[in-house]
Amino acid sequence: MFGKLSLSAVPYHDPIVMLAVGGAIVTGLLILVLITYFRKWTILWQDWLTSVDHKKIGIMYIIIAMVMMLRGLSEAFMMRAQQAIAAGGSHGFLPPDHFNQLFSAHGTAMIIFVAMPFMVGLMNIVIPPQIGARDVAFPFLNSLSLWLTAAGFMLMMVSLGVGEFSQAGWSGYAPLTELQYSPGVGVDYWIWALQIAGVGSLITSINFLVTILNMRAPGMTLMRMPVFVWTSLSSSVLILLSFPVLTAVLAMLTLDRYLGMHFFTNTLGGNSMMYVNLFWMWGHPEVYIVILPAFGIYSEITATFCRKRLFSYTSMVYATASIMILSFSVWVHHFFTMGAGPNVNIFFGITTMIIAVPTGVKIFNWLFTMYRGRVRFTSPMLWTLGFITAFTVGGMTGVLLATPVADFVLHNSLFLVAHFHNVLIPGALFGYIAGYIYWFPKAFGFPLNEMWGKRAFWFWMIGFYFAFLPLYALGFMGMPRRLAYYDNPAWQPFLIVATIGIILILTGVACQVVQLIVSIRQRHSTRDLTGDPWDGRTLEWATSSPPPVYNFAEIPVVHDLDAFTDMKENNRANKKTDQYHDIHMPKNTASGLINGVFAFLFGFAMVWHIWWLAIMSTLGLLVAVIFHSADDDTEYTIPAAEVERIEKSSLRQSASAA
Amino acid sequence: MNTDATTIDAVAEGSEHQHALSNQAFGFWLYIMSDLVVFAAIFATYIVLGHSYAGGPTGKDLFHLPYVFGETLLLLFSSASYGLAMLALYKNRKKSVLTWLTVTFLLGLGFVSMELNEFHTMISEGNGPERSAFLSAFFTLVGTHGAHVICGLIWMAVMAAQVVSKGLTAPVQSRLLRLSIFWHFLDIVWVGVFTVVYLMGVM
Repeated sequence: MFGKLSLSAVPYHDPIVMLAVGGAIVTGLLILVLITYFRKWTILWQDWLTSVDHKKIGIMYIIIAMVMMLRGLSEAFMMRAQQAIAAGGSHGFLPPDHFNQLFSAHGTAMIIFVAMPFMVGLMNIVIPPQIGARDVAFPFLNSLSLWLTAAGFMLMMVSLGVGEFSQAGWSGYAPLTELQYSPGVGVDYWIWALQIAGVGSLITSINFLVTILNMRAPGMTLMRMPVFVWTSLSSSVLILLSFPVLTAVLAMLTLDRYLGMHFFTNTLGGNSMMYVNLFWMWGHPEVYIVILPAFGIYSEITATFCRKRLFSYTSMVYATASIMILSFSVWVHHFFTMGAGPNVNIFFGITTMIIAVPTGVKIFNWLFTMYRGRVRFTSPMLWTLGFITAFTVGGMTGVLLATPVADFVLHNSLFLVAHFHNVLIPGALFGYIAGYIYWFPKAFGFPLNEMWGKRAFWFWMIGFYFAFLPLYALGFMGMPRRLAYYDNPAWQPFLIVATIGIILILTGVACQVVQLIVSIRQRHSTRDLTGDPWDGRTLEWATSSPPPVYNFAEIPVVHDLDAFTDMKENNRANKKTDQYHDIHMPKNTASGLINGVFAFLFGFAMVWHIWWLAIMSTLGLLVAVIFHSADDDTEYTIPAAEVERIEKSSLRQSASAA
Repeated sequence: MNTDATTIDAVAEGSEHQHALSNQAFGFWLYIMSDLVVFAAIFATYIVLGHSYAGGPTGKDLFHLPYVFGETLLLLFSSASYGLAMLALYKNRKKSVLTWLTVTFLLGLGFVSMELNEFHTMISEGNGPERSAFLSAFFTLVGTHGAHVICGLIWMAVMAAQVVSKGLTAPVQSRLLRLSIFWHFLDIVWVGVFTVVYLMGVM
């Protein structure tokens, strides 16, 4: 009836896990009770869960990312604490099987369920208004993507209390992930969480490609698109062409595990290096998928807070495009030690080093934008400056690792761990945090508190160096990654310093939590009435904060790069129209949510081999899709009079602010 | 009521609608691209593992070219008949659209049945996907194509029902156009499968 699932799947014997599960359940129940107490169920259902409004979908994406970030950070803290004490004879407080789950879940959580949803969330909030559009091309598919991501997220969360998570690392190398070596359900949770969320990401990329290429405001030529739009476009191209490879390789691993096939097994002709190749054909572009949009955010922020047009916009666009193309030609640098021979390794070593060139172009463009600009040191700008310094260090260690001979020494050591954290944390996460602060007033109508924002920045920044610089040294000292305990006492002092680093980072996170609470409490006195709190340069600042559901009553006409600055300089901003038109907007629908629930049930059923549930949920998905496809009545009309009322009230608001 | 304004609004609305349909077609082409990458990954795997027989049977032992040629003809003719359905659609002949959709469906069903029969024979002779890496890759590549054809058949049945219940409305036309892209795409992929798997397999 329940396949492999029984009550013994719950790890009662592990106090740490049970504490985490208990905490999650209590928090969840508390939220449910609060919603019921304040009678918010109808609002939650009508305005959020069934919404197809890109702004709300974006906010929900970012909530997913933040919840998962808390989990990923606690895992990081536990691993650091374990390694700080597990030296010599001590085995620390975590048994190896738990430690293995921690690093596997940490990587999966941070890449798939923090970086991706944070990025897609910001794209959702920002891109339609930035290109002067009322919505994305496919609002329903947008909601479907969100709920597929949420289904994967829930699978990963459930694995905490029901069964176990993978112990084979976030990259899930075969043959370790084959049934012979990982007979438990952990790898299956990892497979289905990635697979379901991956389909969501793929749909998102199609949505944004069509939105950006087909729905720009009149006058916005490709070379007048804001840099964030360009980087998101490139990122979407990468998702479109690389995620299918992940889908295929996970499907093959699934067939090995479920139907006894031999793609990556050690026996009957399987080839595990095929897995590694295919995985990184997705995995390397994935790095740029999450980094490129952050580069776009830094570009927007640098231009705004230096009050200057971005230095050499054209080279920025070409640098983005070259990174996009080059990112498909470097995947072998993740496994030079495969033994492909010197010629192959040299080829991939050189292509890897070439990527440093367009990246360097970008760094210089940001620096030259700041040069002789009047830099305003707001917290988004601080994150940008922190990124430039830290990322340059990470980039240079990357060039070092791109040399195959050096890589043979440093492969799978903590040097590698230090390197990729040193590029991904400043390169992606700092950018998203900066974007979160920068666009928060646009999304909610009030800004985040600057004082707490700056405190958070300094704790994060200093903590970051404390946490990762020692790992470079440990790599040179020969410490491999993923050790639950070790017997070399010389490593311990460095690991203690790294633990101090994560404590500083967690203090920074605490500051961010306080920042959010303080900002919400102060919102009445800090309300952004003009819609343009930073003196912004792009179109999203031309509408009110938060924007009306249709974003623009009248689609703006673009005459220049930095369209809104151009409008302000030529007195075309806030131009009053005397004629308003009806606006057609997509209707809310529960289809996305329903499909997400079925996808979750399907994933859960597959993990536990509950075949009847897997069949039922597949049928459910099929029926839900067919019913949705038959619905031709997907739009409603906002009458001109209503548009006029909304627009006049926001005009009055900004007039009162002036 | 100002007639000019009404006309302008109606025109704007018409172009908005047109815009949505062209977005859908473009989005579908993008999906086809990504699906092509799925096939590319599986083809690459097949080429790498295609000679890992592990002491088991080879393509020469297993494939019967005349049988597969029959399969191929069914699929190619189904593409042609779908083309005729589209021609009937442009002439707005509902009945003839339904007829050609039915013919296409039956040809597609014939293809799938022949493929399942081939799989069944191989598995019952002990040459299932768990026999060797070559057979794993074979069943996965051919099976992935077959699964796509089955999805296409379900979609076709749904579209036939929509043509009956809704008539040839603009959204229905747009869906039929996208199904046509999908169906011809599967044809092209099958030409690759036929060449790489079957022809090169018996060489």
